[in-house]
Amino acid sequence: MNGQNPKYDKALLNYQQKMADASVEDMVLNMGPQHPSTHGVLRLELITDGEIVKEVIPHIGYLHRCFEKHAESLTYQQTIPFTDRMDYLASMNNSHAFVMGVERMLGIDKDIPKRVEYIRVLVCELNRIGSHLIAIGTYGIDIGAFTPFLWCFRDREHIMGMLEWASGSRMLYNYIWVGGLFYDLPVGFEERCREFVDYFKPKMTELNQLLTDNQVFINRTANVGVLPLDVAINYGCSGPMLRGSGLKWDLRRIDNYSIYPELEFDIPAGKGEMGAVGDCWDRYKVRVDEIAQSLKMIEQCLDRLQKELKRTPDFDPRAKLPRKTIPKAQDYYVRCEGAKGELGFYFMADGKSEIPTRVKARAPSFNNLSVLPEIAKGVMIADLVAIVGSIDFVLGEVDR
Amino acid sequence: MSFEEIKILLTEKFGNEVIVGEETTGLQPALLIEPNYIKGVCLELRDNPKTYFDFLSCLTGVDYGIETRHFGVVYHLASIPYQTQLTLKISKENERDTGDLPTFPSITSVYLTADWHEREAFDLVGIFFEGHPDLRRILLPDDWEGYPLRKDYKTAEYYKGIKID
Repeated sequence: MNGQNPKYDKALLNYQQKMADASVEDMVLNMGPQHPSTHGVLRLELITDGEIVKEVIPHIGYLHRCFEKHAESLTYQQTIPFTDRMDYLASMNNSHAFVMGVERMLGIDKDIPKRVEYIRVLVCELNRIGSHLIAIGTYGIDIGAFTPFLWCFRDREHIMGMLEWASGSRMLYNYIWVGGLFYDLPVGFEERCREFVDYFKPKMTELNQLLTDNQVFINRTANVGVLPLDVAINYGCSGPMLRGSGLKWDLRRIDNYSIYPELEFDIPAGKGEMGAVGDCWDRYKVRVDEIAQSLKMIEQCLDRLQKELKRTPDFDPRAKLPRKTIPKAQDYYVRCEGAKGELGFYFMADGKSEIPTRVKARAPSFNNLSVLPEIAKGVMIADLVAIVGSIDFVLGEVDR
Repeated sequence: MSFEEIKILLTEKFGNEVIVGEETTGLQPALLIEPNYIKGVCLELRDNPKTYFDFLSCLTGVDYGIETRHFGVVYHLASIPYQTQLTLKISKENERDTGDLPTFPSITSVYLTADWHEREAFDLVGIFFEGHPDLRRILLPDDWEGYPLRKDYKTAEYYKGIKID
């Protein structure tokens, strides 16, 4: 209750009245915050009529850690560990977006050594594979297939091990810094990475045979939770959600940031192979196809890193680190393609201090999740689980 | 469509008072819009075949500081067909009285992205959006007092009688 002005409490009272009415006429069912299929602490309030979901009301904020408030009292460099904790399944992508924005504001984004950029993209793509593997594995569990989960975690373990080797941490890396990197890649990393790619490619084929083409899985996901393209755009969905609805929109190609213009890759999009375009299966398939594209990018990065950008004894990834990170007084919105979609940071710098006056994080999962009440109207409760899983959100990012 | 062309398009459609200023010093130019026009401007930019800004990337509620007494909202629009971006800003003076929050028109009817983002701005910065269908707090509990992202916010010591450490 906000007290002073009744106008500000009207929506809350309306909501409470609506729930009171609904609990008389229909049944109100709470899903979460401790429900395993909500992938974290998300609470969904369902107004149900038998097995049919009439309305979904998501409640978020259980994992709110005041990222934006913290960012207003810390320097840019000190904020990077906080960005890691947003989408904790793809921490590298978060820091990459944040660092890119700060570098552009400082005007040093053109001076970053090529090797540093290639290492950044390499670890980002590795992390994207890890994130998609979790999405696929846990989606299998939601639907009732337990084996893919174990397979995905087994393969993700290799990625975690490699990133731990490079940064010293398994999930929250703080590896990408403004102007450079924490350390150069450890000796032998490139060879180990290539080994992983060779090991992982046939595993993806196996996973496809096990889950993607599984008739039970297709029956559970095809034609379920269809998200039309216009709705997706209007709700600000991005990443695999938007591409699943059939639009080839990938900021790595649109904005051509970092070294992505030098890499060759395709943008997978939903085609409606098993049902309508934009159903759960399409969203799932986009992630599977993206893993193959990421592998392609990793191989290209490794080629360059082992040949023309080979490590030299005097290479220092911290050489371009700015002494003082004081950008000119300006506002800047940076966006990049995170594992879940368009990840954006909006900075307001006053030109005097190393501390930004305002930072806003535009989290892809936040927008992707906001479409749930729209596409979950009138579905069965079991299908709701399939829809929630196909959105692939991370609550750390939704709540920030 | 370039930044200058968009300015001409908007003044032709809404008159001269719609644009109250512009910021072109930074890397991304921004248009300052008269708050009462923001909904019409967004609708026009979204539906005009020359602009097609159909994607609202980000909506930010901003407290411009205790001295300036200004509150504002920043919109980052993106056009998928033309692959362009545009920043719009609106702002208003306010005396920081919790009974009289800075009030702006809601653009939920144009972009549904704004639904949750406006709730977040209301929750954290204390900006009221006129015409929003369901303006409840989103990240903080319903009975939270104060708006944490305001510059004069004092950290709460107690929540429901429990000391916060």
